[in-house]
Amino acid sequence: MTAAATTETGARPPRAGRRSAPTWVGTVPFLAYTGVFLLLPTGIVIWNAFRRPTGGFTFSNISALNTSAVRTLFVGSLELCVISALIGAVLGAILAYAVASGRQDGVVRRLYLAGSGVLAQFGGVTLAFAFLATIGPTSGILFHASWFYDFPWGIALIYIYFQIPLMVLVFLPAIDGLKVQWREAAENLGGSTWHYWRYIGGPLLTPAFLGATLLLFANALSAYATIVAWEDQIAYVVPQQIGVALISEVGLVNFNQADALAFGMIVMVVIVMSGYFLLQRRAARWQR
Amino acid sequence: MAAVNEIPALGVPAEPQAPQGVRGLRASQRRRLNAFRYVAFTIFGLFFLLPLFAMIRFSLEGSKPGTWSVAAWKQIASYQGPPPLLPAIEITLELAVITSLVMLVLVVPTMIWVKLRVQWFSRVLEFLCLLPLTIPAIVLVVGLAPIYNRIERYNVSALMLFWAYVILALPYAYRALTAGLTAMDATTLSEAARSLGARWFTVMFRVIAPNMWQAILNALMLTVALVLGEFTIAYPLTYVNLQVELFSISRNTVNAGVLFSASAATLLVAFALLLILSYVGRRLRRGRP
Repeated sequence: MTAAATTETGARPPRAGRRSAPTWVGTVPFLAYTGVFLLLPTGIVIWNAFRRPTGGFTFSNISALNTSAVRTLFVGSLELCVISALIGAVLGAILAYAVASGRQDGVVRRLYLAGSGVLAQFGGVTLAFAFLATIGPTSGILFHASWFYDFPWGIALIYIYFQIPLMVLVFLPAIDGLKVQWREAAENLGGSTWHYWRYIGGPLLTPAFLGATLLLFANALSAYATIVAWEDQIAYVVPQQIGVALISEVGLVNFNQADALAFGMIVMVVIVMSGYFLLQRRAARWQR
Repeated sequence: MAAVNEIPALGVPAEPQAPQGVRGLRASQRRRLNAFRYVAFTIFGLFFLLPLFAMIRFSLEGSKPGTWSVAAWKQIASYQGPPPLLPAIEITLELAVITSLVMLVLVVPTMIWVKLRVQWFSRVLEFLCLLPLTIPAIVLVVGLAPIYNRIERYNVSALMLFWAYVILALPYAYRALTAGLTAMDATTLSEAARSLGARWFTVMFRVIAPNMWQAILNALMLTVALVLGEFTIAYPLTYVNLQVELFSISRNTVNAGVLFSASAATLLVAFALLLILSYVGRRLRRGRP
């Protein structure tokens, strides 16, 4: 072992001496690409949010957000995200428990896991069409839902369709982490099912559940295609208005509104995701 | 030895009674649990499958309600609009190919190189690759707008969307490739190859990369699935891809049959890709003890 290590280190210097460029040069293409198309755009959003269209630093873009119209958008986003995240999280957790309590290599588990992987990604225009075909107010095959275009419940139902599978994917590892021995220990000590969930399972799963709910919240916050395909005449949530501002920006009408709104979204996402990572770290304690 | 024999000997008389009671309790619990599982699977299964079935049924609707016809499926290639569908399909397929290729060339060598030679960089790499998950695409597109203004001075083709699509696909590709890279002992492989006189180029492309072809395939399929469904970047930048065109058709012709057949077709392709992926992924995992 020691001998091998010595030969190893002994062999390195000549190699190192032969190379012409430092090793980090290999990362330059990747850094350049992500610099231009990921970091730069993010920077531009933050920069423009505090810049006058004519140049110079200002808070006026941000304070321009404090109108009743924009407040309605942020409240709308909050409503839709909270509703779809909470319902998605509860239903997803129930489904995850049903999946987890089956056989580890059972067909049902594999089917639901693969399906969840697909459906959690299945958003966008297509999903809105699918629901239009199912319960559209004039075209629904199942029934004609008069509330299909109601905000937030109509669109929340569509969002829940991709929130539940995401919850299953995120929450299943936490449920799998519950050890059978803990339940047996509780039963041996005379505890009932209620006792088990109230004092052991529940408290253990709470951080993971809350974390996953936050992730679902962020997921609903950034969804854009589905809600635009659902309704493109009225802007109910922030992403819709960003799209409108951006498209009308061709004529440089209200240049920095899109940036200010986008900055508002970045702030929300950063808060939510920080909460998610904190909770996730706490939840990971029991998932070994 | 004696102790080991003693315990079962002691346990034998107790066994018929105690576990019987426990097992009885378990059985009733099992029954309740199973009932709950079947109910849950049925309800959720219906919720997930009904919209898909409805979309396919709608796409097969004949000229009179209640009849069946494959006209809408034949229309996918020939739909004249407004707006016509075929050019958008072509653009999207080309975008899928270009995005996948750029992804391969940019990310695979970087990840292998970082794993082998620049390990201190791996945290930065992970951060950059997963960042697009946190920044919503609709926020990214706001910052991309001025950059695309520049690009359009040189090239106005919708194919230029690939620059942004590679970024969107980064997190998925990164996860898939990380799984492949950690599943093998890359360091030992590269040391073996190096000590046999291989150049770093040979190590990366003839030793490491072939050992993670399944992960590379995964990354490619995720990228293709993402490009097929992309709308958020293209639409605000007024580019036309498949999803944007479907959206325009839906605004011009309410409930056009081709809308549902094309949507269903896209979805079936994405399903097929991701199911192949989960199958390949399972074989990959099963191969490792």
